[in-house]
Amino acid sequence: MNKINNIRDEFPILNRKINNEPLVYLDNAATSQIPISVQNVMREFEQTARSNVHRSVDTLGNIATAKYEESRNLVKELINAPSQNDIIFTSGATESLNMIAFTLGNKIIEKGDEIVITIMEHHSNIIPWQQLARKKQASLKYIELCDNGELDLADARTKITDKTKIVAVTHASNVLGVINPVGEISQIAHQHDAIMVVDGAQAVGHFPVDVQKLDADFYAFSGHKIFGPTGTGILYGKQKLLKKMPPYRFGGEMIAHVTRANATWAQIPQKFEAGTPNYTGVIGLGAAIEFLNQIGIKNIQVKEKELVKYVLPKIENIPGITVYGPKEWAKHTGVISINLAGIHPHDVATAFDELGVEVRAGHHCAEPLMTDLGITATVRASFDFYNTKADADALINAIKQTEDFFNEFR
Amino acid sequence: MNLDRLKLLYKDIILEQANNPQNTGRIRNPTNETNVYNPSCGDKLHFTCTLDKNKKITAIAFEGEGCSISQASASMMTQVVKGKSTKQAIELSKIFSDMAMGKKHSQEDLEKLGDAQVLINIMQFPARIKCATLSWWALDRMLLGEKRDKKND
Ligand SMILES: Cc1ncc(COP(=O)(O)O)c(C=O)c1O
Repeated sequence: MNKINNIRDEFPILNRKINNEPLVYLDNAATSQIPISVQNVMREFEQTARSNVHRSVDTLGNIATAKYEESRNLVKELINAPSQNDIIFTSGATESLNMIAFTLGNKIIEKGDEIVITIMEHHSNIIPWQQLARKKQASLKYIELCDNGELDLADARTKITDKTKIVAVTHASNVLGVINPVGEISQIAHQHDAIMVVDGAQAVGHFPVDVQKLDADFYAFSGHKIFGPTGTGILYGKQKLLKKMPPYRFGGEMIAHVTRANATWAQIPQKFEAGTPNYTGVIGLGAAIEFLNQIGIKNIQVKEKELVKYVLPKIENIPGITVYGPKEWAKHTGVISINLAGIHPHDVATAFDELGVEVRAGHHCAEPLMTDLGITATVRASFDFYNTKADADALINAIKQTEDFFNEFR
Repeated sequence: MNLDRLKLLYKDIILEQANNPQNTGRIRNPTNETNVYNPSCGDKLHFTCTLDKNKKITAIAFEGEGCSISQASASMMTQVVKGKSTKQAIELSKIFSDMAMGKKHSQEDLEKLGDAQVLINIMQFPARIKCATLSWWALDRMLLGEKRDKKND
């Protein structure tokens, strides 16, 4: 735990000011900050060993390739994948999800089939399926929420049927701060021979994830949300499905042989990584995972829980506040979405910004969920392990000051 | 830690207008109408107006949800353009957008905006410029007959 206390030094941005106030960074669900150690690894690689991967027989090429593949191994261990050949590097969770939809999804979905997702999905886990369903005249079904803001597992049992070919569910919501029972949903999906796709963008880095325990067929997440660089993402897939999955893009490094008329594909995972990859980014991602491991995911989880336990009841006690998602702190990730009665989220966010408190106001790329909640937007504060109780107090104070400011005019 | 600077943006008149917006609802049998959408916050506004045969705006109204800035701006815009010719209204829209972008404008031009000129400080809150310009953009679309947003294929 001591490690965590000094950890803010690894994130110099946390010392900056916003509008002359100390920065209180509560937009971690959008992107987390990057530690110095990760930046150093990338800079050092660029300065001492920059070279393309998988292409050359020279020393630099070998170093670059070894480091790149070491990151793959670190990802494999992070999510307990059976093999590092199950790990595909992408540009982010969005690309990972699009890749499944437009390769394997495109191959297996036929007219009349069903794709089942949930109403709390991020647009990146809705629109690819929506597009696929339209193209194939398949139907897209949504698992609904219970009144307490959790996913309705009973509804999942009725929505997933023998016609269902793909089930795609977020592991943790970027709006409601709720963790979904993806292991149980996997079981239901598999009883109907459907493929289970999990969007882990808000899960990895916050609590331990074991793709084998979840029995997920695919698992997608982004590097920039786990202290890594932007432009890095991961798609985990079970080998038997990756074998069936056609390539997503065509070009260099993804082929075995090319003739004038034809081409054959490289081994998995290279088959899915056409072109020069974001190798420096991937090496940085590896460093970010080492950083996570040093701190310990369990410690991060404990720290985030502590913060939520501290702040959520305080928020709920403020008059005029609506909290979306579960009301119990124990069921919450560090993501807390609220509204202040009669004050538009954008006005709230501007006021918070004046106080140095950086949150996100908007629909959080989850418009169907907003529509169901009967709102257009929320204010979202998202905590990470480097946040402090002082940050939580600053949030509470900002809420109170904002209410006072706007209520004066009523 | 306080919100004093916020008063630059949220002047009393803006909050009053936001809490009691004028010209809300829909005009019956409008000659022109448009929908605008701010994808960054999800605000949607619907505008209707009636032009007489001399292209004068005889009635104008808006409906929809939004933040204080977009509600106040829509309310003030509709008040200032009501009774103006289409040409005058488009000119006002240009003045407003220049003001919001921080471009040069004469005091005389600013006066033409009526209450809407209180949004001059919006420039200091770059993230909110769109909230203020949304309804003026709608005015342009409505009067210049921009095509309705089509669904993607
Ligand atoms: C739940 C969820 N899924 C997917 C994404 C998309 O991630 P990216 O934009 O990094 O591709 C996000 C990011 O906001 C998210 O919160």
